[in-house]
Amino acid sequence: MDRRLERILPRVQKPARYTGGEYNQIIKNKSDIDVRIAFCFPDTYEIGMSNLGMRILYGVFNDMPGVWCERAFAPWGDMADEMRRAGIPLYALESGDPIGYFDMIAFSIGYEMAFTSVLDMLDMAGVPLRSDEREGLSPLVCAGGTACYNIEPIAEFIDLCFIGEGEELDVEVVELYRKAKREGWTKTEFLRQACRIQGVYVPRFYDIEYNGDGTVKSITAREGAPDKVLKRVVEDFSGAYFPEHPIVPSTEIVHDRVSLELFRGCIRGCRFCQAGFIYRPVRPRGADRLIEQGISSLKNTGYEEVTLSSLSTSDYRPLSGLCDGLLEWCEPNNVSLSLPSLRADNFSIDLMHKVQRVRKSGLTFAPEAGTQRLRDAINKNVREEDLLNSCRIAFEGGWSGLKLYFMLGLPTETDEDVRGIADMALNVLRTWKAYASNKNRGARITVSTSFFVPKAHTPFQWEAQIPIDEYRRRVRILKESITAKAITYNWHEPETSYIEAVLSRGDRRLSKVIETVWRRGGRLDAWSDYFSFERWMDAFSECGIDPDFYAARERGRDEIFPWSMIASGVSDSFMWREREMAYTGELSPDCRAKCTGCGANRLLKGGRCDD
Amino acid sequence: MIKYRIKFIKEGKAAYISHLDLMRTMHRVFIRAGVRVRHSEGFNPHPKMVFAMPLSVGAESECELMDFELDNETDTSVLPQKLTAVMPEGITVTECYAAEEKFKEISWLRVYGRFEYDGGGAADKSAALKSFFDLPQIVIHRKTKRGAADSDIKPSVREIAFEACDAYTVSVSAVIAAGDRPLNPELLVSALEQLALELKPDFAKFRRIAMYKTDENGALFEFK
Repeated sequence: MDRRLERILPRVQKPARYTGGEYNQIIKNKSDIDVRIAFCFPDTYEIGMSNLGMRILYGVFNDMPGVWCERAFAPWGDMADEMRRAGIPLYALESGDPIGYFDMIAFSIGYEMAFTSVLDMLDMAGVPLRSDEREGLSPLVCAGGTACYNIEPIAEFIDLCFIGEGEELDVEVVELYRKAKREGWTKTEFLRQACRIQGVYVPRFYDIEYNGDGTVKSITAREGAPDKVLKRVVEDFSGAYFPEHPIVPSTEIVHDRVSLELFRGCIRGCRFCQAGFIYRPVRPRGADRLIEQGISSLKNTGYEEVTLSSLSTSDYRPLSGLCDGLLEWCEPNNVSLSLPSLRADNFSIDLMHKVQRVRKSGLTFAPEAGTQRLRDAINKNVREEDLLNSCRIAFEGGWSGLKLYFMLGLPTETDEDVRGIADMALNVLRTWKAYASNKNRGARITVSTSFFVPKAHTPFQWEAQIPIDEYRRRVRILKESITAKAITYNWHEPETSYIEAVLSRGDRRLSKVIETVWRRGGRLDAWSDYFSFERWMDAFSECGIDPDFYAARERGRDEIFPWSMIASGVSDSFMWREREMAYTGELSPDCRAKCTGCGANRLLKGGRCDD
Repeated sequence: MIKYRIKFIKEGKAAYISHLDLMRTMHRVFIRAGVRVRHSEGFNPHPKMVFAMPLSVGAESECELMDFELDNETDTSVLPQKLTAVMPEGITVTECYAAEEKFKEISWLRVYGRFEYDGGGAADKSAALKSFFDLPQIVIHRKTKRGAADSDIKPSVREIAFEACDAYTVSVSAVIAAGDRPLNPELLVSALEQLALELKPDFAKFRRIAMYKTDENGALFEFK
């Protein structure tokens, strides 16, 4: 170990985050390697190591002969300061080598608030920030993850983006890189070839022109890059790579368990939900395969918990059989099974008994809105009676705690909708009073509200976010409407969501804002410990940019979005139709009830989803 | 029910695994190795594993001990290799045997320390360190759970020797108390900081070498 590091580590919090050496990490012999990849997660170790996508791609890359993929995370402030003071550049956990010398620096960016950390990690690595300042083929700075569906605010810092799922796409790009390195191509030659691979977006090959009013006038692709970059999906998801030997961190992380991915995509089509559109079409994994993968991962890790992950777990058709198959192994081995993100409408007694057989975890429902009218507008097909029925089952079964998640500021929301949240929570409490099998412990009902952020690639991409003061007013209405002591109300502070709203529909002109925020110390902005609203607002005014232009402005139907060169496979006309239906309060059926013709099925050969 | 004990080395990257994380890690290691440790009864069963003495984060050891219970007798000869194969980097199980002696009998520890002086002059420092620790009393101010107090650490240092390895490094070999009036080796550095600042190393790292018990005459025997 680096002697300088040895001196620093005893002084920082949770030093095991910075050493590597965990069980199942992959060490390769450098002399066998021709492409070295630093997989960078622009958040802490605990968050990054909990990310299933990272675990999948770590395995996919390292399964390639001659390729060694290592990990790097954003150090917490104390460690970042110590490293800068000691002149230690950002290093990869496996080898301890500085990542600035790697062939590829690949970021996984899941949300916009990580943008400043991307810059900070590049700087800590000693790599020039802007793509045009990096002349050589290496290090090639890449990005993937859902934030890449609108990467424009940091497009000037990134050489290449992976749009969509990486299992196959990333391998093709790495193989091309290997060829480029062997044959001595220039960076431009490489990027010119790379952008011909479906799913590759090379920001520098797109010229953006703006209108006098600040909106985008035109986007022009150059160098043979496609006008629209169509996302990649793994067609055979059931057969796709799954990490059966995941790294077991030696220190506690956020999701410290085996995570099984039941399916990609979602049949629901909630109009606010970006994931619900960009992960289409729905592709399940077979239950037998999941059981095998689950047991094998549990044996290989020693984890005592397995969780089922997807956008809507109760929509997995063979869920019951899957749970039975897993429990058959889990119960005698003291392993618990947990089910996150259950929908309130089809929560069954059967399922409840299954999850509680080993260990009883908390229950969370997300009705998102307080009245049926607004739930219809956002296409959240949950009825209050279904929710109350699910609650009754849960309370009868011995649960006494329940969390309910809502959003404030959804399009068309009125004060009546806000008060509806309080009414709904009260009805849940009444249900507890009427049906709870165990009243000794008292009811613990928690209502949480977040501030709605309109996202790109959703039917609400044209919407204005409500002003911060208006969000606060609605919080006050709700707070005053909740009177029962057994109901706790938590609300998110709105400042971060406002910045998120700016960035999530931002364009390239924001790059100077992000750089300014970073230069003034901004990093790990998803953490309240580090986020400074003032720093962001100062940066906007210094750069002469009005953040409300991005957050609080309703777009016209024909406006060219900054992310218009990225195609999720869901058609623009479908998005607009869904937006109009929100205003008329019309529901769209889920994909199983009736195909709504979103267009994502064309991403699969044969054009059939959810087989 | 049989109680077994493993002896293991914790070094390198593993030195930064905290005590709490080590317990979690060991639990998973046994599951990976397919060794079913007995669990406690009750609402929230946990594996019956007990460590001899917690080790500070950053310190290494070649004599850590941990007890665990199994339902049935097992072939202990294969366990060190089997467990080591599924350990994180830096932990090596060296022995496994039925636990007989009680952890509370551990009274002294041998520790090795590396004191680094960035300004050099290790030979002189080494001699001065020897004189310092030869003093009849070394009273330092320490913070304990019960509040701050002055105490003499000298009775907790049974032996201590220094040797300059090169111009910048002094090696320390000491036998310090583990039972009554236990001494965290870091306090050797605190003593220098408080009473002989010029001898305080710029960096110090410790490694546990052995755990001892004593007989009625006070002679040291290795704890098994």
